[in-house]
Amino acid sequence: MNFAMSLAVAAMAISLIASILSPLLGRYVHFQRLTISLLVALSGAFALTAGLIGLMASESEATIILPIGLPWLPMHLHLDVLSAFFMLTLGALLLPVGIYSAGYMKEAVEKNGSIQHLGIFLPLFTLGMQGVVLANDAYAFMVFWELMSISSYFLVSYEHDREENRRAGFLYLLMAHLAGLLILGAFAVLYAAGGAFTFDVMRSADLSSGMATFAFLLAAFGFGMKAGVVPLHVWLPDAHPVAPSNASALMSGIMLKVAIFGFMRITWDLIGLNNFSWWWGALVLAAGSSSALVGVLMALQQNDLKRLLAYSSSENVGIILIGLGLAMIFANLGHPVIAALAMIASLYHTINHALFKGLLFMGAGAVLHATGSRNMEKMGGLIHRMPITSALFLVGCMSISGLPPFNGFVSEWLTFQSALLTPPMENTMLSALIPFSASMLALAGALAAVCFVKAFGIVFQGRARSEMAEQAHEVDNWMKVGMVIPAIFCLLLGVFPTLFIPLIDGVPQMLIHSSLSASVHVTNWLWLTPVNAERASLSAPLMVLGMLLLIALIYWRLHGRGKGISRGPIWSCGYPHLSAQMQYTATGFSQPLRRIFSGVYRPEERKVIRYGFHPLIVKDIRYKVTVADLAYNKIYIPIANITRAITARVAYEHERGMHAYLTYIFVTILALLLWVVMA
Amino acid sequence: MTDAVIVWLLNLAQVALMVFTAPLITGIVRKLKARLQNRRGSSVLQPYRDLMKLFSKEVLLAENASWIFRSAPYIIFTATVLAVSVVPVILVNLPSSLIADVIAMAALLALARFWLALAGMDIGTGFGGMGASREMTFSAMAEPAMLMSVFVISLGAHSTNLSTMVEYALHLQHLLPSVAFALIAFLMVAVVENGRIPIDNPSTHLEVTMIHEAMILEYSGRHLALIEWASQIKLVLFITLISSLFFPWGMAESVAILPIISALTFWFGKIVFIIILLVIMETLLAKIRIFEVPDYLLTAYVLAFLGMLVHYILEVGV
Repeated sequence: MNFAMSLAVAAMAISLIASILSPLLGRYVHFQRLTISLLVALSGAFALTAGLIGLMASESEATIILPIGLPWLPMHLHLDVLSAFFMLTLGALLLPVGIYSAGYMKEAVEKNGSIQHLGIFLPLFTLGMQGVVLANDAYAFMVFWELMSISSYFLVSYEHDREENRRAGFLYLLMAHLAGLLILGAFAVLYAAGGAFTFDVMRSADLSSGMATFAFLLAAFGFGMKAGVVPLHVWLPDAHPVAPSNASALMSGIMLKVAIFGFMRITWDLIGLNNFSWWWGALVLAAGSSSALVGVLMALQQNDLKRLLAYSSSENVGIILIGLGLAMIFANLGHPVIAALAMIASLYHTINHALFKGLLFMGAGAVLHATGSRNMEKMGGLIHRMPITSALFLVGCMSISGLPPFNGFVSEWLTFQSALLTPPMENTMLSALIPFSASMLALAGALAAVCFVKAFGIVFQGRARSEMAEQAHEVDNWMKVGMVIPAIFCLLLGVFPTLFIPLIDGVPQMLIHSSLSASVHVTNWLWLTPVNAERASLSAPLMVLGMLLLIALIYWRLHGRGKGISRGPIWSCGYPHLSAQMQYTATGFSQPLRRIFSGVYRPEERKVIRYGFHPLIVKDIRYKVTVADLAYNKIYIPIANITRAITARVAYEHERGMHAYLTYIFVTILALLLWVVMA
Repeated sequence: MTDAVIVWLLNLAQVALMVFTAPLITGIVRKLKARLQNRRGSSVLQPYRDLMKLFSKEVLLAENASWIFRSAPYIIFTATVLAVSVVPVILVNLPSSLIADVIAMAALLALARFWLALAGMDIGTGFGGMGASREMTFSAMAEPAMLMSVFVISLGAHSTNLSTMVEYALHLQHLLPSVAFALIAFLMVAVVENGRIPIDNPSTHLEVTMIHEAMILEYSGRHLALIEWASQIKLVLFITLISSLFFPWGMAESVAILPIISALTFWFGKIVFIIILLVIMETLLAKIRIFEVPDYLLTAYVLAFLGMLVHYILEVGV
């Protein structure tokens, strides 16, 4: 057991201690709040360090066998490069969210008088995620996976006094277990091939191509469900908004990434590159493209800030999967270097999304805390009352929209580069699919910018649309620090990608046996050249330097010249009574897209006009539009209906009288006799 | 060593050329358009005078304008100038195009657009929100078409570096079918990106259908000057991109006096030619209805995608 491994186990131990400590401290609520939050943050710091050290010492794989679990199967944990990368991602968000929680849970303490519920399940949830990442046998993996799912169910149904929250929680629990079942199935297939639960045995097992495909499909659907891939995403937009914001930051920021981790573990590591079929990558690529587009389109129509962020998580998982799909296709076709680039792009987006989505959910929590509402139509003008939160939220918006100089831009750039490196291929379907995915990525990225102009513009800019928004207040220092940390990471990862990429280069080395460092020609910190300098290069530091110099130059040329600045009332076309209700609304902002993509949205519009004494005189107009999730109505409801019809039929057969049961017995005996005779 | 210095100086000079001739180009567009419409039109130097006037005027801000409203003009201008600085105009081998490739250039323009839209949302007036909503929507629809059409050349050149792409285009023996598709798509997108007729009318205010102008209604003084200048630069940027990527004839491949002077002349000639086409189009066409814009953009996208497919199917390995 090496140092990184001990740190990782210590991180898990701290989470466990926090969870056990919580009920003991129940009497001292404020002490309890601080202890739990800071222990979670500490656990994050340990995980972050463990991940960093694990990635730097990329050769050694540390294992540990804990004497707990089944009598014949102790718990195997290990820290290889893949685990280390995900530990790093986990820790990078857990640390700030822990700090943020110290401030955020104050409200819960004041409202309920206790945070017992959060204090137990939040650390258990982090323990589960850390355990999944470290697991080295299927049994440990599933135990921690279930721990993660169940404790997050309790976080989703935190405010269980409201009916819609209970519904969201139930849907989540159902889908999480369906996903768990599918993953268990994937492990069962691998177990059947290898004969043992440890990953080492599964990895070296001989798989027939049919079994490999079966395991891949089970894993793809199981983890896809957990990761929120369209159309398996329906639990996500319901569950994320109702959880407390610190929990939704973790769920969206890391839990979806743990699902990505599981997918990578099973497909790349356990099934292995040699058993890939060409269409696996195509399937992942197609799923990624559809998630990216549908996720962002649905996000655009939401007026609930946290729901918007939840849908946008689907979009970003899609972008991650586009990178992974490309990596699978290229690796399978024998282009390991390009595959390594695509995988780096995908991993880069994984950590980026953890950071900016965590930041945005924390920002949404701050807004919720300040205004008491998630409805964007009731906000506006918060930039004047919450200057720090709004600036940090803006950083998140720019990062997620893929704008330089923030991190989202770098990972989208890398994904584009790997798509453009597509070598000549025999397969026509693939050679059409890859550029199509690249254009879907472009569209999704641009639509994300629309979405976050809307989110930022409606919530923080303009004038207050309600009393609550007018009386909003800035959040406390815990929460500010919690949001500052990921914002700084977003900037650093955007400006210095060259320092970070060598760190994660070990992952493709382990999974594809190829790395970027073999191909990068100019290897100093200033230039990012994925393959060679002629192919493409990017120098984010020089871009930022250029921008700063230019701004300074313009400011210097303009400052003090001309006349000063004076302020006046808003120009209102001569109409003096401009009210805040006359601003553009969130619904209005997304109206053009609703019209353009009406085939996807199927919006239900209702207009009620009240007339005065004459039809020319309109007293008021009410307009209501609802955009339902198409996947929910077209896929889930029919499945639910069919299930209900079958169960109703079975129930009907149960309720019949004695003679029916006698018939059943008779038919069964007849069938059995027939079977015996035939055999 | 001195060679590198000269190249960098030329690079800077080229950026300055683009930035400072941008108002002139806009002036020429307006003059030609006025002539075609039987008007005399203002002098081609009028945009310079407008900018000078705006720079010296007082800035009038709305009461509730935030720091975003005040910083947006600077960011928009900077991002646009930075985007322009990586486009080869005269020299084919531009050292600055190593810093940001064509994807980064598109991202810089997206950055400018993002801040412009935020500025439109900042005051909370109906016009600003409307402009922001429309501009963001339509440019989001234009983004895949634009990237795809540029990627067609990237695929042929095996590079997203603009210098390498231009060099590839310069040495093409004949017009490839994929490039022809890309050219049409890119021309269509350029009209949208610059808000020209038939998509948007740059010379109207207070029209229900306007897009770009609606966002900057609240601006005044030097802020307005910076935004206007940035949009003039953006027009030159797109015209230059068209001429450099699709008609790169005459660009200087070596650093010597004669090729540079001829490249300069070629550049100006090509730009005037494209402007004439633009002006004829703007005079002949009427603005299309706003909800026909997506169909127009879909056409552009399909053309660019066809270009991509044609490249993969017919031209790979050629």
